[in-house]
Amino acid sequence: MTTIPLVALVGNPNAGKSALFNALTGARQKVGNYPGVTVERHAGRLALEDGRPVELIDLPGAYSLDPSSPDEAVTRDVVIGKQEGERLPDALIVVVDAANLENHLRFALQLAELGLPMVVALNMIDLATRDGLEIDPEILSRELGVPVIPTVAVRKRGMAELKAAVGEAVAQGNLRKIEPGRGDGDEYDTILDTRRARDLARRAILSEAPGRQWTRRIDRILLHPVIGLVVLLALLFLIFQAVFAWATPMMDGIEAAQGWIAGGVDAGLPDGFAKSLLIDGVINGVGSVIVFLPQILILFFFILLLEGTGYMTRAAFLMDRMMSRFGLSGSSFIPLLSSFACAIPGIMATRTIADPKDRLTTILIAPLMTCSARLPVYTIIIGAFIANDTVGPGIGRQGLVLFGLYVAGVIGAMLAALVLRRTVAKGAAASFIMEMPKYQLPSLRDLLIGLWQRGYIFLRRAGTIIFATTIVLWVLLSFPQVPEGSTMTQSEYSAAGRVAKGLNVVMAPIGFNEEISLALIPAMAAREVAVSALATTYSIDESDEAQAEQSLSQRLQARWSLPTALAFLAWFVFAPQCLSTIAVTRRETNSWRWPGFMLLYLFALAYAAAGITYWTATAAGL
Amino acid sequence: MSRVILDDLPLNQAARIAAIDWAALAPGDAKRLRELGFDEGVTIEPLHRAPFGRDPVACKVGRMTVAVRRAHALVIQVDVSEPEVEAA
Repeated sequence: MTTIPLVALVGNPNAGKSALFNALTGARQKVGNYPGVTVERHAGRLALEDGRPVELIDLPGAYSLDPSSPDEAVTRDVVIGKQEGERLPDALIVVVDAANLENHLRFALQLAELGLPMVVALNMIDLATRDGLEIDPEILSRELGVPVIPTVAVRKRGMAELKAAVGEAVAQGNLRKIEPGRGDGDEYDTILDTRRARDLARRAILSEAPGRQWTRRIDRILLHPVIGLVVLLALLFLIFQAVFAWATPMMDGIEAAQGWIAGGVDAGLPDGFAKSLLIDGVINGVGSVIVFLPQILILFFFILLLEGTGYMTRAAFLMDRMMSRFGLSGSSFIPLLSSFACAIPGIMATRTIADPKDRLTTILIAPLMTCSARLPVYTIIIGAFIANDTVGPGIGRQGLVLFGLYVAGVIGAMLAALVLRRTVAKGAAASFIMEMPKYQLPSLRDLLIGLWQRGYIFLRRAGTIIFATTIVLWVLLSFPQVPEGSTMTQSEYSAAGRVAKGLNVVMAPIGFNEEISLALIPAMAAREVAVSALATTYSIDESDEAQAEQSLSQRLQARWSLPTALAFLAWFVFAPQCLSTIAVTRRETNSWRWPGFMLLYLFALAYAAAGITYWTATAAGL
Repeated sequence: MSRVILDDLPLNQAARIAAIDWAALAPGDAKRLRELGFDEGVTIEPLHRAPFGRDPVACKVGRMTVAVRRAHALVIQVDVSEPEVEAA
């Protein structure tokens, strides 16, 4: 057989596994899914020193071969050759944190018993040295019976030696067969394995001097009951201000480029359907979504940074008690915080929550966290209707309104959790046990690889779903064509307009006009489509050239009242307008019952919130 | 030597885990604690307590820092050697 050898990276959470994966494979990675479960499969190609290629997969972090989560189950199943969609690896790279040998060696010992060719990466050896530990890799290697290579993944140290050892391990082939049964439902005696690991670590650690304890000193500040909370709130506030302020120059650049391309097409093509489709459908539709890439990247940058430095678990620690009031735990904080970027990774991150009811509640409220796809909608409405001035030193009114929308989502989510925990997800109170890794400076390369993957996923969405829905919408809006001399606009007369008219019977009481009802239909695919849909609708109605150059926000200002705009914002705080979220909920809960429930309760909330906002604003004379 | 409950151990005072009432813990919690190195004879030191009700509490266990709820700290007994108590 000439298949490329498969090597799996395995290790405890916080062992620096992903950094090692990045260091070995570079940016050329493929992110997929294991069949039937929403566990991400990260694969990459690694070239050995002699040029032989090896396929490397990064398995989810696990504490042992006795899984407590779907993630850990995939790791277990892959290394025993029982995972659907994956062959038994030819060799394992087991990553252990050199500064945490006692704990990480337990899993390494369990893996060594499997009998697969194996190499241990004694990772973050620099931090262990800084902590005053002197470790002898030779002793570890002798006791485990496998090569042990000291590495510093974030600095790419030890990579050549690691590759050489992997090359030998792969060449050696699977000598021992996996004993059937072991690792598959067999009882693991964690305490016994841990004691063995501790004993081994004691022998491998030659000397131990008191280290500098950076993490402990930083935690004195960041976990301080008062200062810690102030820092957390300040950080969250900074992130949201940055998302708004830093992105503006880049967004202006993208908009200018979009205008320049549209102008070129306008001048170069004869009038007709092709030109209208290209300008109104493709360029304006897709462009109005791509323009939000800078904001999404800035938000993801902060989330990756918080994860990479180790601060994320501190935030969970600080928030645990607060979350427990709503029947959740600090463990829900990370999935919910990730949901600010996108509910899909957020919902997938709930797999680390052990308690099923706790997890279900977190999944159901995750869409209430303001995801990045809402930003386009919020930005355009805030930009058009909220004055761009300051309400205090350094506090912009627009940023404040945006912050308020995020807060509204959070409050809604907490109240929903409270109700859900007493009704559909009733059960014992959630628990909280979490390892708090040492602080470290993540490498720029790892951050950029993470950002690139997120940005790529967003652009692929913009290029496929959003592109397709924009075209379909353009067709539905352009046909049938309004007859000469009719008093109706093209969008009113079109097929889409007629559907919207029907829907508007329900939506009119909460202040929505027909264009909004129309935009809500394609926005089921993804929220940000609402913006491109509005852009397409209004640009199709423009006949005269001068008006066609108006920006979307100018058009909105001319056509919407302030109460309508505010109701529209309130709608998007709650509305479950994202098919991907519904799909991922279906997969994660393994039934249609919960995604169905999610759709119903969120639409009901959205309708009520938009209605109350509209009626209140109208009554207040806005 | 004096034996106290982990929850009563002052911050920044190291002690040795004497007994853990595993039966009082939910099975999932017991498993996670074992996996994170909680065991009799292991050194433990409470480092930080969160705001709002001093819960949860972050402890140094072996070389790792692990956050647990007070409910967990209540079922863990630790031995403190006397000189350390005086020093604290």
